[in-house]
Parts: sequence; C-alpha cells; structure tokens
Amino acid sequence: MPIDLDTFRDLEAAAGSEFVAELVDTFAEEAPGLMAELATALAAGDAASFRRAAHSLKSNGLTFGALALAGQARTLELAGPQADRAQDAAALDALATALAEALAALQGLRHG
Amino acid sequence: MAETGARLLVADDNKVNRLLLARSLELQGHRAAMAENGSVALEMLRREAFDLLLLDINMPGLDGFQVLEQLKADRALRDLPVIVTSAVEGLDSVVRCIELGAEDYLPKPVNPVLLRARIGASLEKKRLRDQQAALVRRFATPEVAQDMAMSGFALGGRRLHCTVMFSDIRGFTALVASQTPEQTIELLNAYYALMFEAISGHGGVVNQMVGDGLMAIFGAPLPLGGHGACAVRAALEMCELVALFNADRRSAGQPGIAIGIRIASGDVVAGYTGTQQRATYTCIGDAVNLAARLEAHTKVAARQILVDGALCASLGAQWPFEGLGAVEFKGLARAVEVFALGAGLPSAAA
Repeated sequence: MPIDLDTFRDLEAAAGSEFVAELVDTFAEEAPGLMAELATALAAGDAASFRRAAHSLKSNGLTFGALALAGQARTLELAGPQADRAQDAAALDALATALAEALAALQGLRHG
Repeated sequence: MAETGARLLVADDNKVNRLLLARSLELQGHRAAMAENGSVALEMLRREAFDLLLLDINMPGLDGFQVLEQLKADRALRDLPVIVTSAVEGLDSVVRCIELGAEDYLPKPVNPVLLRARIGASLEKKRLRDQQAALVRRFATPEVAQDMAMSGFALGGRRLHCTVMFSDIRGFTALVASQTPEQTIELLNAYYALMFEAISGHGGVVNQMVGDGLMAIFGAPLPLGGHGACAVRAALEMCELVALFNADRRSAGQPGIAIGIRIASGDVVAGYTGTQQRATYTCIGDAVNLAARLEAHTKVAARQILVDGALCASLGAQWPFEGLGAVEFKGLARAVEVFALGAGLPSAAA
C-alpha cells in the first residue's frame, strides 16, 4: 500500500472526506505539471526550480500519506540536480512511478 | 466555532496546500482568501484588510523571505501577524523567518490543532495591539500617535520653532455654578468638538485639555509651513464657530459662552515628558510661557484674540492687528508687545 492509512484518515477527519476527495482530484491535476517542471528544470540546469518542484511534490506526498513518493521527492529536493544525467533521469522515472502508484491508491481510497 | 471570524490570507504556490490550509481556516470559523505567489499576496494585502497571513517560504518569483522583508518595510503592513508554514527543512529557514518578523512557524503538513492554537494566539496578540493603538489614538492626536510609532516613543525633546495657542471659556466657573453637571459636560463636549475642528483644520494639534482650557501646538510634532498664520486663522474660525454655537444656545434659551485665545511664537523644546508608563506630548519654552501669561491680560484688554509681538511681526501687515502696547508679565524678564485681533470680547452673560 503506497499510502499511509493513518495519515489519510486523519486528513479526512480533519478536513472532511468530501473535501479530501476533491483535494485528491486537485493533486491528480497538479502533479503532472510538477513532474514536467522537474524535467524542464533538469534540462535547463535550473537547480532552484528543480528543488522547488521536488519540494512541492514532497509536501503533497506528506499531506496525503504517500510516504514513498515524499521520500523520493525529498531526496531530489535536498540533493538537487546531479552531474550524472542518466542518474537524474532514472530518479525522475522512479518518482513518476511512485506518483502513479500513489495517485491510483488515493483514487481507490477516495471512492472506498 | 466562529469565535473570531478573522479574515486571513493564505499564500502558497502549491494548489493542494493552498486549498487545504484555506479549508482548515474555514472549519475554524475564519474567512480565507488565497494567493498563489508572493507578489499576488502583497498586492492583496495592500488592497484589502487582513488580520493574519499564512505564508509559504518556497515560492517562485517573490519567496516567503522577500515577502517578509517587504512587509517589514511597509508602514501600513509591518504589524500584520505572519505565520510561516513550510516543509522547508533545516533550522536556518525557521530562524531567518523569525528574524524577518514572522510571528510563528508551522511545519507542513500543518497539524490542524497546532494551527488553531497558533492562529488563536496571533490573533489575540493582534487584538491587543489594535486595542492599544486605538487607545493611543483616542488620548493622543493622530500626529502624535504617528510620531510615537516612528520615534519608538522616546522620552525627551527636540528644539523647534512653533506657535503655541491657549484657549478657554471666560467666566467658566460661574457658568458651571449656574447649571447641572450634565449640562456642563454636554457643553464642554460640544465646545471641544468645535475647537478641535477649527484647530486640526488648520494643521494644529490639541495636546492638552484641562477643564475648559486647551493648549494647541502648530508646527510640532510635524513641521507646518506658516504655523503662525495657521494658528491665527484657526483662532478666527474658533471665534466664528463659537458665535454660531451661541446663536444655537440662545435660541434654546441657554446662555452663550465667550472664549479667550492667546497665541505666541518662538523656539520650544517639544517631546514626550513623563514616565515610561504615562507620558504626554508637550512643548516647553518661552513661547509657551508667554502664551499662557497673555491669559492674565485677556481680562484687561477685553479682546478675544491676543498675540505676542514676535508672531505679529512674522505675519506682516495683512492682518488687522491692533497694538495694545508693552505689557509687563510676572515671571518674564522683559515687557512684551501685545496685539489684539478681531472683535472685542463679548460679555459672557447673555
């Protein structure tokens, strides 16, 4: 399970499950843009934008209890772009996978 | 739950964070507006009134640090409480925010219980500050309140050239004896409202009210060009307003009042005197003594407005001053030329 259920249920209890369902949709809409920002910043060598996009994904991951996603995003935020392009590309691929898994799980939870 | 109903602004570039924070605030009974970056937040803060700002650090364009810097430099906004919310790691950022004037720091994801407590504390502090500011405005003039805010309320004075005015109701003691205390209070309130209007309308600042007497300063704490002429114009308007006021009173079967105004110009030391707990803005100097002493001559001269020679000389010939000659005053080394302006002093008893 890519989502920490305690965190997710706490969020629902605090903000209301209907609101959280909408918030999951918002995250699903916004996340691809953040992934694209990461890729663009990497290509342009823009470390500040790279860290900011990673930071944003980490923050959202923590909010929903998507701990694997948040952990990977945090690593990218703290390390910034690396000299090794292949390594960065692999890290972004892994992050995209973690994001897809988190979103799928969140969609399941919001209907459940 | 809506015990305060405060209006808050959430500044965060991340939409999920923005919506979630706004939702938490609304559930706590507040109204929340949202800004997607630092520039938009500043624009909104300058356009509308907010009680508190929830500020993210990591934003494109203006980041949270820069927003804090701009708020600090903005006189109208520097007292706005700011709570920084961020998932930025490391103590450095937190310390920097606090140094830049943020009131508190909440790590993201924001815990709603902590959020409620921090916002409650910040709003309470703001409420007390606002209350204090309102008190200062009531007991000090807006000019003095502004000067206090800028100077940090330092006791002590500075030298400047200004014009000092004293005014009182002639025969006030007899008037008080002839009516009920309630009537006297009502009379004083109406009288002060009129005098304040005339004085502040000409750039003067009323800094003392004692019974029926008041002291006003023209040219301090803020500089005022032509402060002597402003004071004389204010005095003429005060007399006109009293005449209208008397017409009203007489038509209601009440006696009219007569006022005496004394004005002098000169160098004074102006500033706050008192203690840290209680102080007043005042002026000290020959001009003040002289204006106060002219009081003694009001009865003798039976004129509404008396001014000293220095002020008369500085105003030139366009005013119809009437020289009353040199007068010796107790406590003053030299005799002073006294001039009168306007109508004679009407008898207080109508």
